[in-house]
Amino acid sequence: MIANERRLDRRAAMRILLESRSDLLLVTGLGSTTWDAAAAGDDDRNFYLWGAMGSAAMVGLGLAIARSDRRVLVVTDDGEMLMGLGSLATIGVQRPPNLAVAVFDNAHYGETGMQASHAAEAVELVAVARACGFKETFDIIDELGLRDFAARIHDAPTTLFARIAIRADDPPRVLPPRDGVLLKTRFRRATGID
Amino acid sequence: MQALAAAEIPDWRDEIFAALKAAEIRQVGYVPDAGHARLIELCCDDPEIHAVPLTSEEEGVALAAGAWLGGQRAALLMQSSGVGNCINMLSLTKTCRFPLVMLVAMRGEWAEFNPWQVPMGSKTRAALELCDLLVYRVEQPEEAAETVAAALDIAFNGDLATAVLLSQRLIGSKRWVK
Repeated sequence: MIANERRLDRRAAMRILLESRSDLLLVTGLGSTTWDAAAAGDDDRNFYLWGAMGSAAMVGLGLAIARSDRRVLVVTDDGEMLMGLGSLATIGVQRPPNLAVAVFDNAHYGETGMQASHAAEAVELVAVARACGFKETFDIIDELGLRDFAARIHDAPTTLFARIAIRADDPPRVLPPRDGVLLKTRFRRATGID
Repeated sequence: MQALAAAEIPDWRDEIFAALKAAEIRQVGYVPDAGHARLIELCCDDPEIHAVPLTSEEEGVALAAGAWLGGQRAALLMQSSGVGNCINMLSLTKTCRFPLVMLVAMRGEWAEFNPWQVPMGSKTRAALELCDLLVYRVEQPEEAAETVAAALDIAFNGDLATAVLLSQRLIGSKRWVK
């Protein structure tokens, strides 16, 4: 495993994923990735999950199927992805070309006291995604790899999966709105649905 | 009035499918169930419907939320035992007031052979109501389509979560010994 201090900074990683976002739609998972996205700049086209652990990838799938004209990026943490591991099998069957799932893997449950996650000990998320049928996967350990993936989100012909090695730390929380109805309604308005 | 021959009586499953089509359902998430077999087949064969097989029912709750964010209507097909798998995920539906329509094939009630189906089957309605879903139940074939249509109406007109329980007596008990 890569030494913690050599892993990517989560806030910088989120900024890189979103710096040329164009009309990208973003779904973030319960916990730190929601704070990371808010820190990168709140946007009506971000749908932040504050709960429903394990749902991020599937929200992304439903959105990607509905909006085949737009690119959809899900960014979630290793613990959140592990709770919805079955959804990788479900997405592996569908593989909409406009969906990318990125997992910020710090190998810990950061919101609950930094307990080790399964990704720290045994589970290789990229191997799981490949075994579930994802045709293009990324195991990202540096900024160069992250920038390659960030560009690929906008033109890939198949669903992407990326595991991004993130430093286990706890930057100050940046909280986006947490009213679910507001988040839903502003997302639909900003994307021309309502 | 002359009675219709059996072949001319519309099947209630086909009528439910027609109700889904009339409501412009574009995504259907399902965990395979014998009681939903015909409906699943119809959804998979329809070019306007994106049918998504799920590994577990809670995935469908999240799928439906994503569909709605993208401007599409979704419906979920599951067995009563799968309702238990959805409980925490229904917090997403409630907190964000997402519309939701779950069609639930009941097990563990009428003439059930397998007692392992009974704990969840006997608590399906209570569990859904505890999560603030509006719950409708179908006992007779002629009620099926109109009940589903009513659930679709109230769900998508009012951003409300609904479930239609298709009773085991309606579906017919699973045959264990052939």
